[in-house]
Amino acid sequence: MDAALLGLVTIVIGVGGCIAYFYLSNQFLDHVLFPAKGENAGRNINRANMVRPWLFLAPAMIALGLYLAYPVFATLWFSLTDRNQDGAFVGFANYRQMADDPKFWEAMRNNMLWLLIVPAASTAFGLLAAQLTDRIKWGSFAKSLIFMPMAISFVGAAVIFKLIYDTRPVDQAQIGVMNAVWLQFEGGVGSFLILRLLPGLLLISGAALALFIAYGQGVAIKEKGGAFLRSIGILLMVYFAYAFLRLAYGAFTNEFDYGVPQNWLTMPGWNSFLLMMVLIWIQTGFAMVILSAALRGIPEETVEAAIVDGANPFQVFFKIKMPQISGTIVVVWTTITLVVLKVFDIVFAMTNGQWGTQVLANYMYNQLFVALDWGVGSASAMMIMLLVSPILIWNVYNARKEMR
Amino acid sequence: MENIAGSKSALSWIVQLSALALVLLWLFPTVGLLVSSFRTSDQIASSGWWQSLFPTEQNLTLRTADPDDEGVQQLIDGVYTVSGNLFVVEGDADSAAESEATISIWGTSSRDIAAYQPGETADLGDGEQITVEVNGDYVWTSPTELSGRGQRAFVTATTPPEFTTENYETVLISGNTTDSMAKAFFNTLTVTIPATIIPIVIAAFAAYALAWMDFPGRALLIACVVGLLVVPLQLALIPLLRLHLEIGIGKGYLGTWMAHTGFGLPLAIYLLRNYMVGLPRDIIENAKVDGATDFQIFTKIILPLSFPALASFAIFQFLWTWNDLLVAKVFLIDATGQTTVMTNQIVELLGTRGGNWEILATAAFVSISVPLVVFFAMQKYLVRGLLAGSVK
Repeated sequence: MDAALLGLVTIVIGVGGCIAYFYLSNQFLDHVLFPAKGENAGRNINRANMVRPWLFLAPAMIALGLYLAYPVFATLWFSLTDRNQDGAFVGFANYRQMADDPKFWEAMRNNMLWLLIVPAASTAFGLLAAQLTDRIKWGSFAKSLIFMPMAISFVGAAVIFKLIYDTRPVDQAQIGVMNAVWLQFEGGVGSFLILRLLPGLLLISGAALALFIAYGQGVAIKEKGGAFLRSIGILLMVYFAYAFLRLAYGAFTNEFDYGVPQNWLTMPGWNSFLLMMVLIWIQTGFAMVILSAALRGIPEETVEAAIVDGANPFQVFFKIKMPQISGTIVVVWTTITLVVLKVFDIVFAMTNGQWGTQVLANYMYNQLFVALDWGVGSASAMMIMLLVSPILIWNVYNARKEMR
Repeated sequence: MENIAGSKSALSWIVQLSALALVLLWLFPTVGLLVSSFRTSDQIASSGWWQSLFPTEQNLTLRTADPDDEGVQQLIDGVYTVSGNLFVVEGDADSAAESEATISIWGTSSRDIAAYQPGETADLGDGEQITVEVNGDYVWTSPTELSGRGQRAFVTATTPPEFTTENYETVLISGNTTDSMAKAFFNTLTVTIPATIIPIVIAAFAAYALAWMDFPGRALLIACVVGLLVVPLQLALIPLLRLHLEIGIGKGYLGTWMAHTGFGLPLAIYLLRNYMVGLPRDIIENAKVDGATDFQIFTKIILPLSFPALASFAIFQFLWTWNDLLVAKVFLIDATGQTTVMTNQIVELLGTRGGNWEILATAAFVSISVPLVVFFAMQKYLVRGLLAGSVK
């Protein structure tokens, strides 16, 4: 109760103090410093109006400067110094130490996977949900249910999915859905269809899609130029196609432990994907809400014209609607990317980075508060900042363009 | 034209069914947690939560009362008799009435558990007989005095769905200190409310200045706010913790409120400015002509008109501070653990009581129930805020 009282007092002092500050400082400005009367009335009003914006801005600027701008530079400084040597400048020693840590590279690799998969899957599911619920009667109800995980904390979601991935010994009843479903497979025809053929075909079509995009880029080089960026794109797509084909080969040839409950969260390679599922589950609702609004904003005439010209529903979606909402897709993608870069709670609560699931944010937390190595911790925080900065620059660039 | 109409309705059915499948898939995890929080630990351990919604059939090994116990064996008409109910738990006479299980088939040997129908009498040799009824009542008779342990019965019983609010009592009211969420609940509330209100007040003034006041450097400031919008708060942890320790705030509520205020401000200023810029210029200019000061314009015109934007930011900030783990761990929770918040408490429970799903599920549901209520009550503003915050 003590804390509650303290909280109440803080609300009163904090809010009252803010309002009192704004009110009193304005009164002071208008009546004491530059009174709008006497011989200099006109000049005083002008001066007061020059100062006033800064009165309004001051608390926000102080808070922003102290809590966001200053830490960026302070962290940069910490990452270049050694706390044990009284903060002596050590150059890139911390970064070198970090680069020698295999856990760091594991975190980087996992972060890259998260960055590829979570925004892509969330946007894709969100688009699917937005399109499916767009024209049906109970669409808004359906949307609010898919949107609901947004309100659930990462920790709560971690508990929810830990229950799903739960494993019991062979002789006990399985209470996790994953294992209960897994035990239904016995290696017969059904198992072949669902565990080998279906994922295999999906992966092969993914590879085909990647090759198709690469081909499209190749044609575009001939027609429009831009050889450098496009050839990077082609290389990337060819690599994806290769990776998909390898996974597809694996889907057909892997040995499965039918009838044995699996420890999903300790399976190297797969467990990261299971953690990503949690974030995809949460972020899909966000993508859906934004994309659904964008779909609504598409001029009806363009869709009607396409239907009159004989386009089928898929053509309408991919050739008419998709190009018109591509800007929104980029916004959704970058917003989810930012969430992914900061993801900490899910990994911390579910595996704490064990069994090959480390990510940068959790690696940083471990360095700071478990290993108590502020230098390496700051260095890894700077890595997150480095990954964020392209988006930062892009956002600022766009905002400035819009202001003009 | 007919076949076009036909294909359309088929497509509409496919769309409806896919939407339904997607909604169910997205709902399934949360429902699992909710259902589990209403089951006892035995129920959770013995079957998946999806089975709890239907009557379950279980094979149980039960035992009659021990004939050597005082007063259990009675001599009726020259026959030694032990009678009672198989579902009675020792020391709890009411448990049989509470359990509504019904026996569909039973046996007296583990090799043949389906030997008898309920109501039939099994011959145990030496003149001993046992009869088991549907509800578990049994009569065990013998011409000679019975001794040894109670007779085993292998029954196949169907139990109706059964739910309990016991877990919530444990977690919220009567639990021991490590399980109790009551304290953590109030701590979370203490963090959340000031951390939601203070940034709104500060940001509203700043947003007004950035939207409607002319001064040099305004565009630069707006660009700064947009830039700070994406700065990861991970960077702020060490410098601010050091700062707090140096100026004597240490770890505690004050530092946490200030940290949440700082981290929430860019979004607050950005959202509110975007909204205020869209307000009609005429109103503000008319007020100025009528002699209103900027302060009056702000409090009497802008603030009431900006209510939707204020509400959407308030929801964001509330959800974010309520669900936060990292800021609380770094700035609030000290070695004594007196100021633990719910998210942290749950993570600790995951470590210490990883297998006690009844406690975990209930604790997690207590923590997510408040944001869910806020979410469903104020979804309109949340969506509006999301759209204003990311679509340009």
